[in-house]
Amino acid sequence: MAAATKPIRWHIVLFLAPAVLVYTVVMILPLFGTLQLSLFRGTPDGQVFVGFDNFRTLLGDPRWSASFWNALWNNVWFFIIHMLVQNPIGILLAALLSNPRLRLRGFYRTAIFIPTILSFVIVGFVWKLILSPIWGVAPDLLGMIGLKGLFAPWLGKEEYALTTLGLISVWQFVGIPMMLIYAALLAIPDEILEAAECDGITGMAQFWKIKLPLILPSIGIISVLTFVGNFNAFDLIYSSQGAMAGPNFSTDILGTFLYRTFFGFQLQIGDSNMGATIASMMFFIILAGVCLYLFAIQTRLRRYQF
Amino acid sequence: MTSRSLLAFLSATSMLAGSAGLATAQDVTLTIESWRNDDLAIWQEQLIPAFEAANPGIKVVFSPSAPTEYNAALNAKLDAGSGGDLITCRPFDASLELYNKGQLANLSDLPGMENFSDVAKSAWQTDDGSATFCVPMASVIHGFIYNKDAFEELGLEVPTTEDEFFAVLDKIKEDGTYIPMAMGTKDLWEAATMGYQNIGPNYWKGEEGRQALIKGEQKLTDPQWVDPFKTLARWKDYFGDGFEAQSYPDSQNLFTLGRAAIYPAGSWEISVFNTQADFEMGAFPPPVKAAGDTCYISDHTDIAIGLNAKSPNAEAGRKFLSWVASEEFARIYANALPGFFSLSSKPVEMQDPLAQEFVSWREKCEPTIRSTYQILSRGTPNLENETWTASANVINGTETPEAAAQRLQEGLASWYEPQKGK
Repeated sequence: MAAATKPIRWHIVLFLAPAVLVYTVVMILPLFGTLQLSLFRGTPDGQVFVGFDNFRTLLGDPRWSASFWNALWNNVWFFIIHMLVQNPIGILLAALLSNPRLRLRGFYRTAIFIPTILSFVIVGFVWKLILSPIWGVAPDLLGMIGLKGLFAPWLGKEEYALTTLGLISVWQFVGIPMMLIYAALLAIPDEILEAAECDGITGMAQFWKIKLPLILPSIGIISVLTFVGNFNAFDLIYSSQGAMAGPNFSTDILGTFLYRTFFGFQLQIGDSNMGATIASMMFFIILAGVCLYLFAIQTRLRRYQF
Repeated sequence: MTSRSLLAFLSATSMLAGSAGLATAQDVTLTIESWRNDDLAIWQEQLIPAFEAANPGIKVVFSPSAPTEYNAALNAKLDAGSGGDLITCRPFDASLELYNKGQLANLSDLPGMENFSDVAKSAWQTDDGSATFCVPMASVIHGFIYNKDAFEELGLEVPTTEDEFFAVLDKIKEDGTYIPMAMGTKDLWEAATMGYQNIGPNYWKGEEGRQALIKGEQKLTDPQWVDPFKTLARWKDYFGDGFEAQSYPDSQNLFTLGRAAIYPAGSWEISVFNTQADFEMGAFPPPVKAAGDTCYISDHTDIAIGLNAKSPNAEAGRKFLSWVASEEFARIYANALPGFFSLSSKPVEMQDPLAQEFVSWREKCEPTIRSTYQILSRGTPNLENETWTASANVINGTETPEAAAQRLQEGLASWYEPQKGK
């Protein structure tokens, strides 16, 4: 039966086109270009298809795999620091800020959020100066409270450098979870809190039993954002430790490893194929992490409709 | 009205351009590609006028680009056939690749080339040394710069042997007024370049060891390659507090502010230090093992200039390059940029006393270049970059000299044929 075919709704195509085109050109094509590049190998006769050989080199060759696992583990540690320090502090700050009895709330909110809008280069440079054993204020400040002995050239010690950088990054970005949680806390209807008070749930108990369950979806989103941000991180390490991510690659994360490999460094000539291989691995790791969250965690989160 | 005046303007400019073209029709214009945009004024005010005065009919234009973009921009231009006539050459593989692609002309028979030693030319030759494709312009020399006032105050003599060197350091440390040596390991390359490559040539006997390493006759685990690491490991006692987090500018400032007495240096520091330090400075070459030993210095070839093989003005270009090889060029260049030394084997008069001191070592010491630069940094892992980390680790005390050397050797042997299975 010749049903009247629906006219094609051109306006939908028209309105979608700019976003789709721009996204395709700047995101999807480069992504597939990278994936394609990782399956080839440069030879004097041009690019040759080698299947998964580059991935085999990255994971199988003792040198490449040592660098890769080192960078991956450093990345994981970087992420752990953010999850253990940044997000709990962010939640705590948000809980404090949402307390209606707190004065100067706007000031604190702005002050804590400001580092987030600073450039990495500034943050890296400022902290390098603060922590500098020669010119920095850190040794003197510690000296004033009699703890000079605790000072160490943290950015130059293999065992502390990455943790120090992680904490600097936490300092910079703690404003983001704070703001998101703050918004979520403000969105909780007063009726619910009043009902809780009627049932005798107040103070800390109210936070743990009423507010926290209600902001769990936001915490989930923040965790995903932190995960993606950390596994794509590069700028802070590069601006404060350089592309060699010293000392002794102890601050090398996937981003700096990718940069060195892809673009080359000093006498090392860039290898775009191995670089693309690392970039692809980063993509797969992030994809796996996000999928894990979407399918295993988010579907189990209970949502409350107000 | 507007369109007519525009038309008039256009025709006027085209006539101007046309007449300019006529006036210089018999002139040849040479364009120089370079990454040294810092040197623009020196080229425009001193070098080019000197050449043009002696060579009427040839005009020279210096057209530099940003250092970080130079290699990529140059490759793109040469591939497209629009590169300048004269090409400033990076040392070793970057330029060798251009020559192999037929983009740089062979200059082996250029008049003036005989003014350069084999070491000076090695950075711009094929691996077998049969063809030279760039005229060496300048090198940088490693050594130690010291604070003369501090030395006088503490009654110290300039050390010539390693024992004397450490005795001097001990004395400065004992006195406590100055940090004995200004160096940090944070930026890694300081440790390798100002440390390992600075003192190393005295151990591996300069060219002899470097060539033997390339031929596979010596290994990085041999004593002459491990010992510099052992000496470096002793340095850390003489650095300032927290040297692990001390960056390269920190070290420079510590020295120029007069807080440190000795600075392991490259000669490129001279012009910077001259403007910043208000005390008198001196320099000494890397101390030798025992008094009377031959001394070796790192006289590292850094910059050269070659001819675009497709240049239509090859004849004028060669004329210019011969002039670059001459004493006149060497004198102007070395004086304008103290610390960048001419590679010419003819002595060059220089005004700067510190630069004179550095260059005087060429007379009594055997020059060599940084051991990792030629051929050995072609593969992955990259020997030069690995040496950065290894040197910093050794100074920090997180890796023993033997372990560091072992790791470097394994890395090199993993891809470099002559070192395989050693």
